[in-house]
Amino acid sequence: MAKHQRSLAHPVGAAPPIEVALPRPRPAPPWRLTRLVENERLLAALLLTPAVVLLALFIAYPFVMGVWLALTNASVGTAGTFIGIRNFVKEWNDSIFQTAFQNTFFYTFWATIFKLSLGMWLALLLNRQFRGMRIVRASMLLPFIVPTVLSTFAWRWMFDPTFSVLNWLLYSLGLITNKLPFLSDGHWAMWCAIVVNTWRGMPFFAITLLAGLQTISPDLHEAASLDGANSWHRFWKVTWPLLRPVTIVVVVFSVIQTFADFQLIYVLTGGGPANSTHLLATYAYQVGVATGLLGEGAAISLFMFPVLFLVVWFQLRYLRRLEGP
Amino acid sequence: MVIERRWKKWVFFYVPLTLFLVGMLFPFYWMFITAVRPDAELYRSWRNLHNTPFWTLHPTLDHLKDLLARTMFPRWLWNTFFIATVSTGISLFCGLLAGYALARLKFPMAGTLGTAIFVTYLVPPTLLFIPLANIIRDFQLGDTPWALILTYPTFLIPFCTWLLMGYFKTIPKELEECARVDGATRLGAMAWIIFPIAVPGILSAGIFAFTLSWNEFIYALVFISSPERKTVPVGVVSELIRGDIYFWGQLMTGALLGSVPVALVYSFFVEYYVAGLTGSVKG
Repeated sequence: MAKHQRSLAHPVGAAPPIEVALPRPRPAPPWRLTRLVENERLLAALLLTPAVVLLALFIAYPFVMGVWLALTNASVGTAGTFIGIRNFVKEWNDSIFQTAFQNTFFYTFWATIFKLSLGMWLALLLNRQFRGMRIVRASMLLPFIVPTVLSTFAWRWMFDPTFSVLNWLLYSLGLITNKLPFLSDGHWAMWCAIVVNTWRGMPFFAITLLAGLQTISPDLHEAASLDGANSWHRFWKVTWPLLRPVTIVVVVFSVIQTFADFQLIYVLTGGGPANSTHLLATYAYQVGVATGLLGEGAAISLFMFPVLFLVVWFQLRYLRRLEGP
Repeated sequence: MVIERRWKKWVFFYVPLTLFLVGMLFPFYWMFITAVRPDAELYRSWRNLHNTPFWTLHPTLDHLKDLLARTMFPRWLWNTFFIATVSTGISLFCGLLAGYALARLKFPMAGTLGTAIFVTYLVPPTLLFIPLANIIRDFQLGDTPWALILTYPTFLIPFCTWLLMGYFKTIPKELEECARVDGATRLGAMAWIIFPIAVPGILSAGIFAFTLSWNEFIYALVFISSPERKTVPVGVVSELIRGDIYFWGQLMTGALLGSVPVALVYSFFVEYYVAGLTGSVKG
């Protein structure tokens, strides 16, 4: 009310007399910055500067530097000289690299399939009304928010070669007589990593898909069931088409995260046994940081780039089509 | 309403939901039970049928005492907290300004810049850590908290900007116009009218950013080398394993304690966190 009177009684921009008592000795002059800031372009530039500077300095610049490093034989302590694409060729013919490359695709593919199907199932379950719904929903997200490294340690302990609780459980149930080689066999270890990744990433799918499900009007389901559709048909004919946009975005995010995963493998297997479970990121770390061959390490992580680029490109095109006419 | 039979509800709802719940939470239970189990019980053969792996009759706090007194764990907790808070603050500041500019102001290249920020959102840290380590060294930031405080915003800013931009777009433009008619400057209208309305969005972005930086691993692993400057995830991985020996009791206590702060923040702000999570992919 007071403010309203004030703006009526005094011309815009001049300080009202009451404010003289406040700790601001003189009325605001037609301050130069304030006026400059009225210019939309200038203000935009000003507001964007902090974000753009940080991103340019720590994303764009490292990217350019990474490409340069990958083209040199730099190692820790030596600047390195330009050697063209020799690093890339060398890695391409390296057997550990080939394993890591294949593993990355294998891991991403299966983990994403599991996360999507189980996450969808969980979302459908959570979308119903039941007692304790809120606490169940909240606790389902725990695997996703707890630091991956720490929860992966719990899994590693459960998969321990000598003290595995899972082996104990299966043995006491009479299902096995010899222990399962969870992390001591390359093939088994890869699947264990996929299980842990699924366990960690599924809540993200479930909760985002649940948010999507909640936007679907129950009337649609009712109408469909009146028309005689059973729940299987209702899912494929009503829910799924409406959920597809959210699903695609979530899958893209998850594919990028999984493809570039590092911490899970680093803790669970460390790339072993015998380098059989490396992903591109863990192998890049081993070569680039642990061994100190910066050039080769940078080249290995750049092998991720084409795939990530394709996925991002697909995502942008899809978003644009959604926004477009 | 679709009517269901009772047994159907059990088979298709309660049983699967319980299985999910057990599966999702068992590792946490396992952390807890290992953390309070005395060493003598911890290392028994998997074939020993007299084991009682799922509970213990002699709970102990030895692992916790050891962890707090004989390792730098409290120090790591503080480091992680400090780094996560400051980098979240920086990212929120940058994200607020940039998000506002992208949502409200007309300027050339607005679309391109928006897309560019979205693309950086999708750049995973593992693509850049090797050259970034070089840059951190060149800037003389190696082995200081600033190495992390300045690099974490690279994955937080795009996300905060994206989320807040979406939020600003839902606030009616008329509010600002009214304030401007009343004589507010553009900056004033932004800071005193729009930002207060955006508080729920800011909270969502902040909480999500905080948990992301609490969980970050590879930068902290590569850029920090002194034990007393490490963060919880890196400290637990690299300092609690001596030689090749895993002290599982201590490790699981560390894992549990390191998860508690994020779990607490999360439990107080579940709604905001979920809003941030779902907003982060919708934009």
